Amino acid sequence: MPVGGQGIARTWQRRARSRQFAIWFGWLAGTALFVYCWQLISETTIWAFFWDSPRVAADIFSRMMPPRWTYIEVIWQPLWDTINIATLGTALAIVLAVPVAFLAARNTTPSATFVRPIALLIIVSSRSINSLIWALLLVSIIGPGIFAGVIAIGLRSIGFIAKLLYEAIEEIDDSQVEAVTATGASRSQIIGYGIVPQILPAFAGISVFRWDINIRESTVLGLVGAGGIGLQLQASLNILAWPQVTLILIAIFATVIVSEWVSAKVRHAII
Amino acid sequence: MSVAHSPGIRRWKRPPLIKSARLRWAIGLGAAIYLSFAIGSIEVNWLRVYEGLDRGWAFVIAFTEPDFVKRWRDISHGLIESLTMTVTSTVLGILLSIPIGLGAARNLAPLPVYLFCRGVIAISRTFQEIIIAIFFVAMFGFGPLAGLLTLSLATIGFLAKLLAEDIEDIDPGQAEAVRATGARWLQWINYGIQPQVMPRLIGLSLYRIDINFRESAVVGIVGAGGIGATLNTAFDRYEFDTAAAIIIIIIAIVMFAEYSSGLIRARLK
Repeated sequence: MPVGGQGIARTWQRRARSRQFAIWFGWLAGTALFVYCWQLISETTIWAFFWDSPRVAADIFSRMMPPRWTYIEVIWQPLWDTINIATLGTALAIVLAVPVAFLAARNTTPSATFVRPIALLIIVSSRSINSLIWALLLVSIIGPGIFAGVIAIGLRSIGFIAKLLYEAIEEIDDSQVEAVTATGASRSQIIGYGIVPQILPAFAGISVFRWDINIRESTVLGLVGAGGIGLQLQASLNILAWPQVTLILIAIFATVIVSEWVSAKVRHAII
Repeated sequence: MSVAHSPGIRRWKRPPLIKSARLRWAIGLGAAIYLSFAIGSIEVNWLRVYEGLDRGWAFVIAFTEPDFVKRWRDISHGLIESLTMTVTSTVLGILLSIPIGLGAARNLAPLPVYLFCRGVIAISRTFQEIIIAIFFVAMFGFGPLAGLLTLSLATIGFLAKLLAEDIEDIDPGQAEAVRATGARWLQWINYGIQPQVMPRLIGLSLYRIDINFRESAVVGIVGAGGIGATLNTAFDRYEFDTAAAIIIIIIAIVMFAEYSSGLIRARLK
């Protein structure tokens, strides 16, 4: 046990001196990095704006109130589009993610050296790029509209669903697969009767969870032109129609709360 | 199993995921109706899509020869901004989410504090980073400060919520034992609760670093600093080779962060 002091005055210490130094040095380096980064940001900031911000916030708030309730007539359609983008995008992602997940899981991949790395690369690329960036890209390729939004959500969700699904596949109980194999089942029968029943609850849970996240993400896709309520938000911000912005935010808040509730209910029912 | 009508041949069927047949059919029918409406409401301009395929192909080709050099000044500037935003916002977010997390745990906080902290968490979770970023840009001006504050707020929503749930799940025996020694509130938190939630808090913080980096690549689209602004410009100019370079850099950094945080988390366990 590390002990400090000398002779009778020996006291217990939690760590040996070298380790204590290493930890202290780690904190020093971390703090230095933080201060350095803070400085870089501070240099590019106009602090006058920062100190002025409470007044600006109060000003914006006073302009936002009260919300323009009649505007709700205009946003029903974009709200419906937003939900469609999330749902169809999730559906697209599920269709594409299932094969990727089976190719990526160690116990079902046809080749661990060739196919698995490719599947993992697909997963990581899809996961690292935010759906808004996908939308930016797709709007510049196939033009603005809901279609670009659906595909953007789909592309972003493949990685998420495939990752969680392949982890679920790797964690299945092998004895069930073995039992099905022992009956002389073909490869597709093994998957259908040995693996799929085991991962079906996890799969449904993951899909609903992602759908819930996608509702939230699809609310902003309109900012880059990919359809949904974000378009209305952008338009209202551009003309500084703050009461409309408030109403849109309330609508988004309500939609997200409802979708979260639905998703929690469904997951609760499955698991 | 319903085999009464066909005596003689009994056939096994896989048990369905949803037990009640009526509910199963209702969900299936509902889904079909919804899908037909939803797909019907999408207007696809196939001509435009067809014309875009060339550009899409050009983008795919751009990945084979990404151009890091031509706009390197912009890219490196955006990248440094993104990385500094990631570091500062994660630190700030963690520092802020610890008190809020403590306040949002029902077994620690009195009801008014609990409701306030849960309210902060709910707001930061429902609104996308981008929406918050728009407001912060309006309040604090263009630049990475707005992005930094956005990401800090988003970190609170994530970290404080999970921390609070973790604190609510702790073993109350240990906390009670510390309290029985006559410890003050701070000592109680420090010795009775903190050791129980620390491993998970560190793991989540590491995970949040790479989320924050990914998000920092986006907030630039609305003017809150970072690589997103550079990427947006590249797309606007149809400079797919530069865009491809930026995307490759983002993927590489995310992969690196994920890999190293995985290593650290594995050591912690």
